[in-house]
Amino acid sequence: MRFGILVNEGPYTHQASDTAYRFAVAAIESGHEVFRVFFYHDGVNNGTRLSVPPRDDRNMQMLWSDLAAKQGVDLVICVAAAQRRGILDANEAKRHGKDGDNIAPGFRISGLGQLMEAAIEADRLVTFGD
Amino acid sequence: MAEGIKKKLLYVNRKAPYGTIYALEGLEVVLVGAAFEQDVSVAFLDDGVFQLLDGQDTADIGVKNFSRAYKALGDFEVRKVYVERESLAERGLDSADLMQITYEDENDDGAEKPLVRLIDRRELAHIMSEQDVILSF
Repeated sequence: MRFGILVNEGPYTHQASDTAYRFAVAAIESGHEVFRVFFYHDGVNNGTRLSVPPRDDRNMQMLWSDLAAKQGVDLVICVAAAQRRGILDANEAKRHGKDGDNIAPGFRISGLGQLMEAAIEADRLVTFGD
Repeated sequence: MAEGIKKKLLYVNRKAPYGTIYALEGLEVVLVGAAFEQDVSVAFLDDGVFQLLDGQDTADIGVKNFSRAYKALGDFEVRKVYVERESLAERGLDSADLMQITYEDENDDGAEKPLVRLIDRRELAHIMSEQDVILSF
């Protein structure tokens, strides 16, 4: 089966990102395809490479980035939600005159059309959030 | 991209318009998503019915009043907008408290018609059960 995944909450405050990640890993291990993970609302905060969680706990951004690197999962951050919350790639930073970017490896910034495409093309869209 | 696929897609709005960002960012998905020409329905239930309240005034909380954007739903070719009757009643509201949202009926010489339909919980449950995709905000 082809899954689309929607992550609506940031890391650590809510378990949504953890559960979405574990769902994605389990789906792939079971032979399914994860078509795309779309990060919306505070979910965009999963994609900053500047977080420094305690070393004896999981690092959600690195788990997601590893999943993208090893399994080729498409991690997409909503551009409008990202702009509100200060998640920028080099292009966005330049466009808005900011002095740095913070997007993590494996993530890309794009529009809500990417969520629609996942909803339409995947067999199931599974939402994680409150 | 996704050509020829038409899915039944329901947006569920269950939170108040202010206090959290879910209503605003949920509406953004509906408006952007309209370009994808799916079989779209939009439902308002629980505290989500407050999103359609007439006369919203956010001046004292310093947050942008985005309520007028709901009036554009008809222009974005959304034709199925539901409000759950029980959710209104549980909050001491009725349809007279909601803003007037209309659409131009292309099958009736562009006549302006009300877009929002009050339905009961049982009917909404049935509508949910028919969907391919549900996005809840």
